[in-house]
Amino acid sequence: MSNPALDTSVDVGLEAAVEPITGAAVLQRRPWLGILRNALRLGRTKIGVAIVVLLVVIAVLGPLVAPHSPTEFIAVPNSGPSSDALFGADALGRDVFSRFLNGGLSVLWMAASATLLGVVVGVGVGLLAAYSRGWLDDVLMRASDVVLAFPQIILALLAVSAIGPKLWLIVIVVAVGHMPRVARVIRGAAQEVVERDFVKAAEAVGEKRSRIVFGELLPNVTSPLLVELGLRMTYSIGLVAAVSFLGFGLQPPSSDWGLMINENRLSITVQPWAVLLPVLAIGLLTVGTNLITDGIARAAIGIDRKAAR
Amino acid sequence: MTATAVEVRDLRVELTGRDIDVVDEISIEIRPGEVLGLVGESGSGKTTVGMALLGHVRRGGRLGGGAVLIDGSDLARLDDAGLRGLRGGTVAYIPQDPGTSLNPALRLRTQLREMLDAHAGGQSDAERDARLREALGEVALPSDDGFLSRYPHQLSGGQQQRVAIAMAFACRPNVIVCDEPTTGLDVTTQARVLETVRDLCRSHSVAALYVSHDLAVVAELADRVAVMYAGRIVESGTRDQLFRAARHPYTRRLLRAVPDLEGKRGVVGIPGFAPLPGRRPEWCFFEPRCTLATDVCRSAFPPAFEFEPGHRARCYHTDEAMREVPVEGATSVSVEHEPELVLAIRALDAHYGSRATLFGIELEVHRHECLALVGESGSGKTTLARCVAGLHKDYTGAVCLGDDELPPAARSRSDAARKQIQYVFQNPYASLNPRRTVGQTVARQLELFFPGRKDMGRRVGECLERVALSASAAAAYPDELSGGERQRVAIARALAAEPALMVCDEITSALDVSVQAAIIDLLRELRTDMGLSLLFITHNLALIRTIADRVAVMTEGRIVELGPTAQVLEHPNAPYTQQLLANTPSIAA
Repeated sequence: MSNPALDTSVDVGLEAAVEPITGAAVLQRRPWLGILRNALRLGRTKIGVAIVVLLVVIAVLGPLVAPHSPTEFIAVPNSGPSSDALFGADALGRDVFSRFLNGGLSVLWMAASATLLGVVVGVGVGLLAAYSRGWLDDVLMRASDVVLAFPQIILALLAVSAIGPKLWLIVIVVAVGHMPRVARVIRGAAQEVVERDFVKAAEAVGEKRSRIVFGELLPNVTSPLLVELGLRMTYSIGLVAAVSFLGFGLQPPSSDWGLMINENRLSITVQPWAVLLPVLAIGLLTVGTNLITDGIARAAIGIDRKAAR
Repeated sequence: MTATAVEVRDLRVELTGRDIDVVDEISIEIRPGEVLGLVGESGSGKTTVGMALLGHVRRGGRLGGGAVLIDGSDLARLDDAGLRGLRGGTVAYIPQDPGTSLNPALRLRTQLREMLDAHAGGQSDAERDARLREALGEVALPSDDGFLSRYPHQLSGGQQQRVAIAMAFACRPNVIVCDEPTTGLDVTTQARVLETVRDLCRSHSVAALYVSHDLAVVAELADRVAVMYAGRIVESGTRDQLFRAARHPYTRRLLRAVPDLEGKRGVVGIPGFAPLPGRRPEWCFFEPRCTLATDVCRSAFPPAFEFEPGHRARCYHTDEAMREVPVEGATSVSVEHEPELVLAIRALDAHYGSRATLFGIELEVHRHECLALVGESGSGKTTLARCVAGLHKDYTGAVCLGDDELPPAARSRSDAARKQIQYVFQNPYASLNPRRTVGQTVARQLELFFPGRKDMGRRVGECLERVALSASAAAAYPDELSGGERQRVAIARALAAEPALMVCDEITSALDVSVQAAIIDLLRELRTDMGLSLLFITHNLALIRTIADRVAVMTEGRIVELGPTAQVLEHPNAPYTQQLLANTPSIAA
């Protein structure tokens, strides 16, 4: 029994509100893509990306272009730069430049996999804690507190000295150190999302818990997630390099930036290049990832503010 | 001394750096002791005009022309110090949400003193203290030391709003700007606040600009009314001229969209949108939505025609409007059906932890029926709705779907039971996941309740068309839609499950009246077309007249009155219902 007089009133057109979505708009609709794009407009992000790209290129292509083998003895130990050895020889007479070009890859892949593992598990734990609220939240968060009680480097050294200097172990221990830190941030961000009605709407129609956590909550915490990813990468690089420096990472005669610093630290006054090159590389890498993170964080604030409207 | 306290002449506010006006050609006058109601829907520029009286333009905008004169002096000529002296001293402001406008870290004494310290120079401490207590007394709040040392969060919403009013009147302003001060308050509290504002304006000869979207509130309070549409005043006149003999088609359609307690009539929405700044046509802004539009409407924005002294409207077709746009809507059609039980609630007691919130609730909803659940905030109506939907499981008693008793938690209910009861939330801005398109949201519902069905795209389109959205809306994200459209999406999501019962929790309270009318219309149509039953929760008594078959009145966790709509509204038995009805503002009053 529809009253003809009423019919006109319900056809509120959409033409004014919904414009056809163009390709660019679709890109912007994926929030994390939008954030990355806006971040790239900032000077600090551009510098960060340039640094990181340069060092990644060095680490990846370095082994292919290195003039010598990293383990070949080519000159008098601690001899200075020459035409054959661009940055001189190290404490054992091996080419510093070749060892530098060969030593970056291990730092990079270990840091990257530790970050990935730590952030993925941390995000899962954080979302689960935020969504479950009750006892599970308490258990997860108190367990995190226990891990947080140890400084990350102590945790790493403890595990390595107990089990041995295995590379996969370092990756896992660094990742375990990241988990509670990531979980806290993500839990905090998700707690506000959990309270919104669309989560209740999903509960009312009987969505599975896992789908609510990863389908409803996860897409709403992408900004803190991106920031955490960058921040944890910075810490990972420092930690992995530190563990190598202390001699628990790659073992001699392999080349590794952290190991190089350790091997040549006694002769730093005679042949500074052997220490300086890896130190500069590690330092620049962390500065680079940090600049990118900062850019992402700034872009995320702008985008989130717009979406919250 | 001029006779008018406020004079606004051809005010124009535009966006900074662009030649786009937010409001333009605004001219109003308010005499001392007079209340001017400024009515408009969201985005019409009414708050911008209110702010201009304080010499303030929001960020991103600037004064583009015209003049605001307060007691004969032009605000544009004042420097910053002059403006500071004016604000709070000569022109006071009552904000919309006292919960956020009072500083939560300051005790009431400190908050009120700040105002007096800034504007009541030359008074001694004791005098200011006495003035402060007097101001609280005027708004019927206690003024003892215990009360003065409270923090804002220790007051109720109504008390907070009265503190804001006391602050506004404390320095004896000549002009007061009220920006929807009763939005978000219960009708009882609203009635009290309105009375306070009216009495204070009368007794102190204060000129008031009362900005509101609520026509019924303005009808109760204002001496004169100006109606804004898309940044222009389209009609102004005395209260009687406007509510009895409105001439502008927009005003007339707006009146028809307002549900009214007295009138036994349906509400009718206004199709289309108010054009945003920068997208307004070169001619009459209402023309695209107007049924009376002719070529002359597309020539230029109509000038103001004066009909009676003080009654002006900017339209060429006011006579046709009077004739052809009825203020009364269509009468609601009720259809008789064999009663078939859909939902039964038996002896339900609910609690939050150890605190009991619902006591012995007994309710039944039949097929095709709309049962309205009315009550003020805190009456437990939302808790009851959540018990029905399985979102609040802390209860004893039974919720039965047909003859089957349901488990308390939605998660433990069967798919079939969850499908039959669908919930639509109050706030459409929070109930849709901002990271999903409308299409994804609706499609998920179809996947859940009709797994394995093909042709998803077409079926999503059908669901959207059922709520009068175009199928192309599926690609949109919620933040690209207006509030009314979002609520339609939420309804489309609920309907996608093809439920027997839809629980509507204050679903129109976040929307403009013309949009609310369209949603109410839609619900009524769906009820007849789909055989849907509704549990319609609202605090708006006037609204139930147009939609509900039966009404249950709730207070303090109990149902105090239950009966057919007409009977409850015309011959209320419970004292609480009588009081509620008396406090509800009405245009016909």
